[in-house]
Amino acid sequence: MSPPKPSVEPLVQVEDLHAYYGKSHILHGVSLSVGRGEVVGLLGRNGVGKSTTLKSIIGLVAARQGRVLFDGRAVTGVPAHKLARIGIAYVPEDRRIFHLLTVIENLRTGLDRDGVSESRRRQLLDKAYAYFPVLAERRNQPGGTLSGGEQQMLAIARAMMLEPKIILLDEPTEGLMPRMVSQIRQIIDVLHRDGVAILLVEQNVPLTLEASQRVYFMEKGEVRHQAVASELDVNDPVIHQFLGI
Amino acid sequence: MTIPWDLFAIQTVNGIVTGMILALVASGLTLIFGILNVVNFAHGELFMLGAYVGVLVLATTGSFWLALVAATIIVALLGAALQIVTLRPLVGRDPMTTILATFGISLVLQNYALWQFGPVARKIQEPITGHFTLFYLDYPWYRLMIALLSAAIIGGFWLFLKYGKYGIWIRATTQDRVMAEAMGIPVPWVHTAVFAIGAGMAAASGVLFGPLVGVDHAMGLPWVLKAFIVVVVGGMGNLGGSIAAAIFISLLEAYASIWVSPSQAVIVSFVVLILTLLFRPTGLFVPTPK
Amino acid sequence: MTERHSTVFWSGFAVILALLIAAPLVLPPFWGRFLTEILIWGLLAMSSDILIGYTGMISFGHSAFFGLGIYGTAAALLLVDPPNLFLAILFGLVASGLVAVVVAYFSTRLRDIYFAITTLIFSQIFYVVIFTWTSVTGGENGLAFTRPGLGIPGLYVVRFTAETMHWFVLAVVAGSYLLLRRITQSPFGTVLQSIRENEARTRAIGYHVEHYKIVSVMISGLFAGLAGVLYALQNQFAAPDFVFFLVSGETVIFNVMGGIGTLVGPIVGAGFFLLLREALSRFFTEYYLIPVGIIFIAMVIFMPQGLLGFMRRWLNR
Repeated sequence: MSPPKPSVEPLVQVEDLHAYYGKSHILHGVSLSVGRGEVVGLLGRNGVGKSTTLKSIIGLVAARQGRVLFDGRAVTGVPAHKLARIGIAYVPEDRRIFHLLTVIENLRTGLDRDGVSESRRRQLLDKAYAYFPVLAERRNQPGGTLSGGEQQMLAIARAMMLEPKIILLDEPTEGLMPRMVSQIRQIIDVLHRDGVAILLVEQNVPLTLEASQRVYFMEKGEVRHQAVASELDVNDPVIHQFLGI
Repeated sequence: MTIPWDLFAIQTVNGIVTGMILALVASGLTLIFGILNVVNFAHGELFMLGAYVGVLVLATTGSFWLALVAATIIVALLGAALQIVTLRPLVGRDPMTTILATFGISLVLQNYALWQFGPVARKIQEPITGHFTLFYLDYPWYRLMIALLSAAIIGGFWLFLKYGKYGIWIRATTQDRVMAEAMGIPVPWVHTAVFAIGAGMAAASGVLFGPLVGVDHAMGLPWVLKAFIVVVVGGMGNLGGSIAAAIFISLLEAYASIWVSPSQAVIVSFVVLILTLLFRPTGLFVPTPK
Repeated sequence: MTERHSTVFWSGFAVILALLIAAPLVLPPFWGRFLTEILIWGLLAMSSDILIGYTGMISFGHSAFFGLGIYGTAAALLLVDPPNLFLAILFGLVASGLVAVVVAYFSTRLRDIYFAITTLIFSQIFYVVIFTWTSVTGGENGLAFTRPGLGIPGLYVVRFTAETMHWFVLAVVAGSYLLLRRITQSPFGTVLQSIRENEARTRAIGYHVEHYKIVSVMISGLFAGLAGVLYALQNQFAAPDFVFFLVSGETVIFNVMGGIGTLVGPIVGAGFFLLLREALSRFFTEYYLIPVGIIFIAMVIFMPQGLLGFMRRWLNR
């Protein structure tokens, strides 16, 4: 049974994307889409180009060929700082919070945007503290002093401050303890409830299948298969094929 | 050899005064290097142009303070324009190209000044005359004022970095340019702004220093060399280090000029640089990396 | 190198050489001397290309090598009587060689921008010393001396004429070019270029990068000193201005304008710059550096391969 096609225009549409790292041809024509408010998983072995796909969407890696559409508009080649302001947020694989800025200063990098009133900023900040109480405790501490799990919280909270329509999440549970992993799982659900779309790159298959509506499978720089998440379980042959577990 | 203590004390004061101006010049340079990764060879010329703008504004308005503010703003804008036109196209290329480009800019600006203002040095009148007695000398109040003003400007900038929204932008861009962009910070404009700020600092130094020497087209050269030494000794991109290094080197030179001529005293700064590069290449005032 | 490539090169070389030999006989004296100057600066720029173009080490210190080559020659011609050509060359090379040794030492411990700044500081150290040590170096006023004769002192000496001086310079520069070319095309030269491309990888493969850098600086410094010797012989005058780092800056301009890493490019760049200066100073008098500087910046941005690179691409269309 083929996966349901979104009846409205997808939020993000990637068409035949080719991208390079220097001379290496990493993406060989990636095509995928993410609907409004949808959680979509991106699975595959290490090195197939999952992170590069996310980076291409946020404009940190240039597309040599193909295009990216956001909200119906072509955004290929638009610089990252503009995309962040129209609703695409990126949480990278190694978190990359600003180590020498305090927690609240980290959050402010997303809060200090034009057209956001002081009261709205206050609201967003309170929301971040509500979702991640540990950040409220550590608000004046430099980001570099936080633990790995706390930094991951901060990275996600920081992205939320942009009030994005979609968050590109790259391996959020990597290196985290099980307790933190389930916290991340909850956050994804909460964001989904809030109507934020998520494109989730993960090695943790069970979590991805639980949290997502659809999943794509990548191999050698291309999307090879997509499926409805609820129709798959961990032992499905498709999983074995694309992840070699 | 008897140590002339009072001369020593006077030179200490002189050293600190020159050191503070050098710190202001070097701050701009190290900022530009730390954030844009650009070695700004034209920094001395921005200093020089600031002094000239100061001369012109002073001549028309008679106000030193207006001259200081005008020079800072005008040269900052010039700096922004230069960065946009010549340095933005070079982003991502070999860092050598920016050295060459800024070297070219320094040649053009220097000769432009020579063309427009001629070879005869101009003078800026100090805003406060008057001396106080320092040991056996009549020491000009103005010199103390320079030191205080330089400190104030550097201090003001430090506060701006620490507390303002744009300060956060600059600090975030310094730490992780890519992630700053992903957070919506307009990094290319941050770069332009930082270059402009650096240029403005150089210009302010030029106006402040103007009354002490003559203003001429070549005045920037010795300053840019010394500023480079300060930046390397203080640790590239390290604001606090540059300030410490500036005062350190200026004091040493001031003491040296008790015994040798000032033009020979500059060798002191060269020696400090060489020793730093040999033994503590990351900077004298920077904790050694593990 | 293929057979055809080789014949093309040698025939081209022969043609240009012939033109340069004939030049002083055909051109008015001003232009004849101008051409000789281009050759001398070209040699300086070539020497700099070894560092910048082939080893990837940008240096602002060539004025130190060049200037000390000039003063070394001056020393020989003023201290030894009768003035001896070979002694002059020897002194010049030794002086610049000593500087090269010191710079070479630093080159192994510093990279990129730190190396560039240090070489600049070196030029300035020498500048200050020469400028202030008036008793020995004549300070600001410099030193004037007479040209030695060509030949073996004591046996047969003949005075240089403008033409023979030109041919002498041409012989030295052409010979230097061929020698440098041999060096850059040898295995040694290939390693240098590999260091320029990726120093870490070259080291990882097993090459002792420090040794190669030292030799590279020595070669560069000696040929720069040789240019200084020629300059001293041509102009019979030494001044601190030549040690000022601005000379290094101009050398780098020649390299970039002509095309780095080509050996010939820098000579072309020197010629181009000097011609530009001649032409523009007719209109702009002393302010020729304003338009020249702007052209230079434009070339850095739009023509980073230099004139030679640009022509090469244009010819390959």
